Amino acid sequence: MTTAVSFQNVSRHFGSVRAVDEVSLDIAEGEFFAMLGPSGSGKTTCLRLIAGFEQPTSGHIEIFGATAEGVPPYRRNVNTVFQDYALFPHMTVLDNVGYGLMVKGVAKAQRDAKAEDALALVALPGFGQRRPSQLSGGQRQRVALARALVNEPKVLLLDEPLGALDLKLREQMQVELKALQRNLGITFVFVTHDQGEALSMADRVAIFNQGLIVQVGTPEDIYERPQTRFVADFVGSSNVLPPAFTKAAGGPERWASLRPEKIMLLRGSMSSPHKEMNARVTVKAVHYQGASTRLNTVTADGTAINVTAPSSLGKFAEGEELTLHWPASALHIMESEG
Amino acid sequence: MTDSSGVTRRVSDALFRHPLWLLVLLLLPPLLWLGVIYLGSLLALLLHSFYSIDEFSGLIVYEFSLSTYAELLRLSNMDVIIRSLMMAIAVTLGCAAMAFPISYYAARYAKGKWKALFYLLVMLPLWSSYLVKVYAWKLILAKEGIVSWVAEQVHLTWALDALLSIPVVGGPSLSISYIGTFLVFCYVWLPYMILPTQAALERVPGNLIEASADLGANPGQTFRTVILPLALPGLIAGSIFTFSLTLGDYIIPQIIGNSSYFLGQAVYTLQGTAGNIPLAAAFTVVPIVIMLIYLSIAKRMGAFDAL
Repeated sequence: MTTAVSFQNVSRHFGSVRAVDEVSLDIAEGEFFAMLGPSGSGKTTCLRLIAGFEQPTSGHIEIFGATAEGVPPYRRNVNTVFQDYALFPHMTVLDNVGYGLMVKGVAKAQRDAKAEDALALVALPGFGQRRPSQLSGGQRQRVALARALVNEPKVLLLDEPLGALDLKLREQMQVELKALQRNLGITFVFVTHDQGEALSMADRVAIFNQGLIVQVGTPEDIYERPQTRFVADFVGSSNVLPPAFTKAAGGPERWASLRPEKIMLLRGSMSSPHKEMNARVTVKAVHYQGASTRLNTVTADGTAINVTAPSSLGKFAEGEELTLHWPASALHIMESEG
Repeated sequence: MTDSSGVTRRVSDALFRHPLWLLVLLLLPPLLWLGVIYLGSLLALLLHSFYSIDEFSGLIVYEFSLSTYAELLRLSNMDVIIRSLMMAIAVTLGCAAMAFPISYYAARYAKGKWKALFYLLVMLPLWSSYLVKVYAWKLILAKEGIVSWVAEQVHLTWALDALLSIPVVGGPSLSISYIGTFLVFCYVWLPYMILPTQAALERVPGNLIEASADLGANPGQTFRTVILPLALPGLIAGSIFTFSLTLGDYIIPQIIGNSSYFLGQAVYTLQGTAGNIPLAAAFTVVPIVIMLIYLSIAKRMGAFDAL
């Protein structure tokens, strides 16, 4: 399998700030790769390093085997969908989409035809003569996508492309983007701070924190087997349990993660079927979420545990005492302390 | 709860309930000024251009006629119009060429105190008297002035002489040539070009420039297809200032240049010593018409599309 993008010990420092710190990474051709992390974690800087808007302070970047350092963005076969789309306000939608072909000297008739095809691909046929200001957010997003795809890039970079859309549209675009990537076979590098988005769309996810990649893996890897406390907490807000608690609950004396939805609960003073994997807790706060109810609970020794309870269990009250229990396989012992 | 129950409170409550009253109250004084005094006097002036002057008595004939406009087409008067127009075009292009790089730097690169310094330096010349600056330039450009002295020191007198020997725009010295008039016009009006251009460039989002590069445009292409079109409204706004100010100015060509008439001087002389108000008024209409033509061309070229 060909490597599309390769980072070898890449750093990008801004003054004393290490935006990206010694990152090594390989993205395979045709892969849907997500970069996930909180804001300021270095994921967008990594994307900009691939696009060529930033140059690494040290380290080596290759794009399809060719050295990328010192190569300006306009000489890279890589295109970007910007967070706020960056459509040219003084051009029609058709001219926006055909822009990349125009600067390469493609004749007008041909580039208009290709731009129309690209607009059809993103389900906006016939929108060519409009101005970007006449489009809705979702439509602009599609135009930005068409404008990048018309150049047939080898790598498509997407910088939080769905961030400005409302929930319904975002979910729809997630499905469409994923289908588009499958059909075109282009390598997608997708930056997001939304873990649900990353998990549902990507083949592999890299978790960023403070300029470092803390874990790379498939969505299942990341979710089921977080290697650090940060990953466990950031992806799906897992319960991060201290070593003493893990030991008391029947595990080894190590940090562990426990997903809220894997915890079962018994009301009142009923006893648990999993004798070794349980805890007595008091409900601190109740968040009704429709299909489920999220409970913030705390044990007698002060360890906070969040539980997702199906709403069929009825209403919960603050101060109510519960017994939590879970199968031993639900408790994931973490490999590192970080 | 407040215990003030005075007139102020009742008035502000009434204005809150009837926002239209507030609007009328706010707009009435400036509209009166703009409509009656400002535009009214301009209309009265334009009206005069349709009167004519009696050749024998020298008195104004208050009857509608186009004879004054016919007089404008006389060779000597057309000369003044063409001279002023050419100068205004040259000054506008000169100012745009100088203003753009400065504005670009200020909008895209200058930050914090450097930006403050930029504004200070651009505005600084506007704080001193216009007349003093023009007379200072007269000395700078004079035959014994600092420009010829510097040219002599660096052995470039031949270049200066070559420049001055160009027909029409040259002359015996910089201060007595169209080149000198051009230089001083550019100096005086430059801030009026820089400020709107800088404001327009400031509004061009940086990610549009990145997007252009990302799509394969080299810096030259990005400049032509993205930066320049988006900065054009600012350049046009600036050029309206430099163009119309040059068309109407009567002091600079009087002090610096070869004493041939420009529009402003023609108006000044005609309404003063010659007492020919109708022709002076007709001359005033010329820059207005030129500006209207200029703006309609700019609009057709799409200069205001990005507004």
